[in-house]
Amino acid sequence: MMREFAFQGAQMLLVLLLAPLLTGFVRKVKARLLRRQGPPLLQPYRDLARLLRKDVVLSDDASWLFRVIPYFVFAATWVAVSLVPTFRSGLMFSWTADLIAIIAVLGSARFFQALAGLDAGTSFGGIGSSREVMIASLAEPAMLMIVFAIALIAGATQLSTMSAFMNSDEVGLRVSLGFCLIALIMVAIAENGRIPVDNPATHLELTMVHEAMVLEYSGRHLALIELAAMLKLLLYVSLIACLFAPWGISPSGAGATQLAAGVASYIAKLAVLGAALAAFETVIAKMRVFRVPEFIGAALMLALLATLLRFVSGSL
Amino acid sequence: MVVYALCGVAALVALAPVGMALRASPRGTGVVYGASLIVTLMLLVMSLDILLTGAGASATTLPFGLPWIGAHFRIDTLAAFFLVVINLGGAAASLFALGYGRHEDAPQRVLPFYPVYLAGMNMVVLAADAFTFLVAWEFMSLTSWALVIAHHRTAENLRAGYVYLLMAGFGTLTLLLAFGLLAGAEGHYTFDAIRAAPPSAGVAALVLILAIAGAGSKAGLVPLHVWLPLAHPAAPSHVSALMSAVMTKVAVYGFIRIVFDLLGTPAWWWSLVVLGIGGATCVMGVLYALMQRDLKRVLAYSTIENIGIVFAALGLALAFKAEQLPLPAALAMTAALFHVFNHSLFKSLLFFGAGAVLSATGTRDMDRLGGLIHRMPQTAFAFLAGCVAISALPPLNGFVSEWLAFQAILLSPQLPFWSLKLMVPAVGALLALSAALAAACFVRAFGITFLGRPRSDAATLAHETDTHSLAAMYVLTALCLIAGVLPGFFIDALAPVVQALTGGRMPVQTGVAWLSIVPVAESRSSYNGLLVFAFIALSGAIAALAIHRLASDRVRRAPTWDCGYPDASTGTQYSASSFAQPIRRVFGTLVFGARETGSMPPPGSTAPARLTVVVRDLIWDWLYAPVAAGIAFASDRVNTMQFLTIRSYLSLVFGALVLLLLVLAIWP
Repeated sequence: MMREFAFQGAQMLLVLLLAPLLTGFVRKVKARLLRRQGPPLLQPYRDLARLLRKDVVLSDDASWLFRVIPYFVFAATWVAVSLVPTFRSGLMFSWTADLIAIIAVLGSARFFQALAGLDAGTSFGGIGSSREVMIASLAEPAMLMIVFAIALIAGATQLSTMSAFMNSDEVGLRVSLGFCLIALIMVAIAENGRIPVDNPATHLELTMVHEAMVLEYSGRHLALIELAAMLKLLLYVSLIACLFAPWGISPSGAGATQLAAGVASYIAKLAVLGAALAAFETVIAKMRVFRVPEFIGAALMLALLATLLRFVSGSL
Repeated sequence: MVVYALCGVAALVALAPVGMALRASPRGTGVVYGASLIVTLMLLVMSLDILLTGAGASATTLPFGLPWIGAHFRIDTLAAFFLVVINLGGAAASLFALGYGRHEDAPQRVLPFYPVYLAGMNMVVLAADAFTFLVAWEFMSLTSWALVIAHHRTAENLRAGYVYLLMAGFGTLTLLLAFGLLAGAEGHYTFDAIRAAPPSAGVAALVLILAIAGAGSKAGLVPLHVWLPLAHPAAPSHVSALMSAVMTKVAVYGFIRIVFDLLGTPAWWWSLVVLGIGGATCVMGVLYALMQRDLKRVLAYSTIENIGIVFAALGLALAFKAEQLPLPAALAMTAALFHVFNHSLFKSLLFFGAGAVLSATGTRDMDRLGGLIHRMPQTAFAFLAGCVAISALPPLNGFVSEWLAFQAILLSPQLPFWSLKLMVPAVGALLALSAALAAACFVRAFGITFLGRPRSDAATLAHETDTHSLAAMYVLTALCLIAGVLPGFFIDALAPVVQALTGGRMPVQTGVAWLSIVPVAESRSSYNGLLVFAFIALSGAIAALAIHRLASDRVRRAPTWDCGYPDASTGTQYSASSFAQPIRRVFGTLVFGARETGSMPPPGSTAPARLTVVVRDLIWDWLYAPVAAGIAFASDRVNTMQFLTIRSYLSLVFGALVLLLLVLAIWP
């Protein structure tokens, strides 16, 4: 019992510590691909520490909700990512929320973040919020369809069971899983506001979504929101890793060597997927905001197709 | 038991003359709503007792109604569950109205009808023969119609009342035909007799279609929904809450009673029809809701969405039941009934919030509101809870029932038919889409109404609402939270109802560790709202504590930054229309035929630029407008009959007589 509890705690701390590193790593690789030196790997930690020490400058029009939301967004994202198997499956509280519920917890975080964008009554906040919910209104069903397709193959929506199934021999190569992987990557890009959907590096451009929404935030509130965004990126990368590259995740009764292998393989997977994300972002251009629905709509259609294939035939 | 329930109904009816007598007295509001509150609470306790203790059905026959039948009343578990929904909603609305009703400027048009309306809804559920059912149904329609036109000086409300009356008449007509078919040639009007002699397959199919039309028109299924967004907002807010949260559920009850109870064994293709209509309804409802500026109309359209979710789950239950799969059928039925209960909670809550806003500001137009969270903090909190719950977000209750529906969908590959195999995932996608759009819709509803800066003087001068209204909202908020974090108890309470309807039941939830809910098996899927809630609260609290202790807890107030261009004018904020613009562009052209035209003045001119947006209701244009035009054309033609000479009338009478005699002569 205590041992399981310790593992759950370790997972929570690990994701919290790794999330800024992943973001820093992606930035570094992107900079190197552009033949720039780039900021040091640990820069996101320094940014967060600096923001945490600063005063909060609060708009005169902001309400109590504005001050509560960063804590809620951070907490919800943190809880969601803590339930995704990273280096070890069978986490103590993994049955608290299945994958559908994890998606919905992230949905709660987004709901409140969009409200925060409207709180100060500015046009920038409004534009960010309205675009965020427009993107989410397609990305969330796409994500649910992906979950449906994989759940129908694995026979469960419980993430531990799904991951264990994907690691077993029963999976085989399936068309529907291929569709799911592509759709999941597209949704992950959209959900995290990466290029080509949104540009995390720009400020004050009319195409931006997430950055416009959090424009009025400063100090520790901004630090929490940024940390939550980093955690969300880590969540989606971990999700892709545990569903489509479940090798090396140590089972619940494993010894020390297997655990070490689990941690090492998890970090390796993060590095590979992070580098792939950086490379993808380097070679592609940002879309117009009204092209985004087509992009996510394609993901939705792929995921729906995967689900339909699964309904039609057990082996596809 | 049923006798006590009828006494309660009689007490409610008896309140009508009291309301009439006290219409001018300042105590009238308190007396009528206070008494309604007490009676509905007693009915609530009674029906909860039946539901939870699993007491057997109790029936009685009263000597009125059709002379050779009498009026039959019966409470079984299904009726008990819907009595709980009705009287919980009724009690909450009465409590709210104790405060809200004082702002009513025409109490004489509300007080007499309100308790009878409650009585009518109770009677529909208690009725156990076709005649009593139809009388109660029509009674409920007419009393609610009277409440819709309570503020009859607004032309809009009169039109709403007219359309409502027409559609209610249509609905009752189809139900009349449905029961006529069920009763058969021998005229078995009691439900027991109908149940004992289920109709043949062809008749059953016809009854199904008629039941969908009849109950669906009252519940607001697309395309029979047109009256709902007109009528629900027109009534006083506590009545709007009852109509949206409770009366639509009575319609769902009618559908379940006919299709799951009276029609016998279902055919598999019935589910196809119900699923299709449910899926279409939920997406159309929420898309309409996103296009509205009127806060109460947003809520009314969102009711249509939720009814769509309920019917989609009912369709699934029907499919599983037809294929003799009791366990999945029980899961889908639990999802439907739990959503019925949940929706009655949060929709009442939201309408109460909208009512409080309406009485504080005098407007329902979101583009004239804003910043109310500063002036009405408690209303804002309760409304926010309702928004989170209706958007199907954990840890509140709306999520649990949708989650159960998704789990039921994931069991559907067991179904053998190709069309169902294609339909079910499509409906799943529609449900997912509507859930995401609902979140967008309620970010908009809450954000534009309560956040930002006030967009009019009325919003600037608003003040917090009274304690009774707040108490009603807080009770519902608490129930939303309890049903969200402890859903296992609610699922278990629904089990006898589900057992009676589908022949199966979900596993007992109360024994599961940590109060999780586990629909099939833990390795398959589980959800624990309590822990999700506790974890989020705990992590948030730890983060706040750590940051305030270790880093900084200082706050400076300053003008809004807005990229360095803060504008004093509140018109530069995002409005309800502008917030919906991206979604209108994505979905609107297809669904609403939406068009945007912009006109810029020539350079040098000081005329304003204009953006005109046209959003049409294509269902109205294509379905209702032609029918209305056809009726107008026909009545124009018939109208000439009023101005004939006496000779023409006499020859008409003679012709008709000859024709009838001919028919009699030829008739075998």
